[in-house]
Amino acid sequence: MKPMDSPARGGISPEQLLYARILDYGMKAGLAVLIAGFAAYLGGALPVQLPFEELPRLWALPVGDYLRDSGMPMGWGWLAMLDRGDVLALTGIVLLAGVSVPCLVVLAFAYAGRGDWAYFGIALALIGVLVLAASGVFGSH
Amino acid sequence: MGMRNYNGAPGGPLQWRLPRRPMNNNRHTAHHRLRGWAALFALTSPALACAAGAPEAAVPWWLWPLALFGVCFVLGMIAVPAGIGGGVLFVPIVSGFFPFHLDFVRGAGLLVALASALAAGPGLLRGGLADLRLALPLTLLASVGAIIGALVGLALPTAVVEVALGITILCIAVLMWSAKRSEFPDVTRPDSLGVALRICGVFHDAQSGRDVDWRVHRTPLGIGLFAGVGVLAGVFGLGAGWANVPVLNLVMGVPLKVSAGTSGFILSIVDSAAAWVYINKGALLAIIAVPSVIGIMLGAFIGARLLRVLRASAIRRLVIAMLLLAGARALMKGMGWWT
Repeated sequence: MKPMDSPARGGISPEQLLYARILDYGMKAGLAVLIAGFAAYLGGALPVQLPFEELPRLWALPVGDYLRDSGMPMGWGWLAMLDRGDVLALTGIVLLAGVSVPCLVVLAFAYAGRGDWAYFGIALALIGVLVLAASGVFGSH
Repeated sequence: MGMRNYNGAPGGPLQWRLPRRPMNNNRHTAHHRLRGWAALFALTSPALACAAGAPEAAVPWWLWPLALFGVCFVLGMIAVPAGIGGGVLFVPIVSGFFPFHLDFVRGAGLLVALASALAAGPGLLRGGLADLRLALPLTLLASVGAIIGALVGLALPTAVVEVALGITILCIAVLMWSAKRSEFPDVTRPDSLGVALRICGVFHDAQSGRDVDWRVHRTPLGIGLFAGVGVLAGVFGLGAGWANVPVLNLVMGVPLKVSAGTSGFILSIVDSAAAWVYINKGALLAIIAVPSVIGIMLGAFIGARLLRVLRASAIRRLVIAMLLLAGARALMKGMGWWT
């Protein structure tokens, strides 16, 4: 048993259960948006940036050539194109990729509240790494 | 232009049905199973046909995402009984037998692994099979490694990545074949970092009906290895459960079930770090990523039920054979021997 843990259920720490609850909500919301967005895309509810008949040519290209030929943006530029079905379909993916950040934020507060500064620091560093990755600092140039 | 424009076209998916035959009640279930497998084979056939040399242009565009969904459904079904994430099968098989560029396949591969890990995460945490105190220190450097790996992977020439992917997949197949596992490793002397971080716990093993105390050793080595595994996950777009579990179990001395559960949770963060690089670089196509994610999750749902009726060892041998084939294909594609 961990000395500072106060087991809530079967020896599982309360912050672990809290993390699980937020992750569960976020994952389900992300999946719902993913499926709804893709259904809208395939159903032709919105105009598309990449015509369907062009896809076999575009998906065979390296990403650099694909971006040049398709006019798709890098980084967060896709936010300005949410009126396009194929771009809207990416929203669920972005939600799934980002769902760990709010979980870690709540976790960091929980650790800070208990004075567990080592894990507060680790959670904070993880948040920093994920936010930097998501910001496009590493990828969108 | 919407997909509905294509659905009614000659040869479209609405016409793609297997003929009905009269059948008696005794054979009803068996026929249904046979028809299910036949439909799945039909879904995957354009990929196999093109790999065998048939021209891709002869295949209508919508058949590829449909075939991808079918393949991912099958991969999801066998991944669960084999005890692996779907990503390690997804990338070599889809890059080897589909016309999609490796950049998009790796991006989708990370999302497949991420979605599976996210779906399993809450249950693993609530059930005590994933441990946050164990996972977080390992996840930190693994995430940094995954970002570096993703940047390197997208900067390298495709042929180089394909050759490296082929070699890595063949090594994974050998690792799966030969790796030993220890149900309850004996940790006599926990290391000072593990003690300082209070990485230890108790889990209830339902099979034996007893509570198992566990603690860790070689924590610094484990953290270093996780950073390396993160790099591989980022470069190739693979989920990294195949490497996480042996590091946790054999290197750090974590019980096998806690290793498997914690590995799944770690993937939910590490793969998202690498996935952001692919998203920001534009290496993500909804028409490839979404059918893959939905297919593998539905397949995993069925696979979890098949666990009771399938022999895990037989599935494991099938997965190793698939990895050998897909690894050889990636290697030959990268070398220009089988394009």
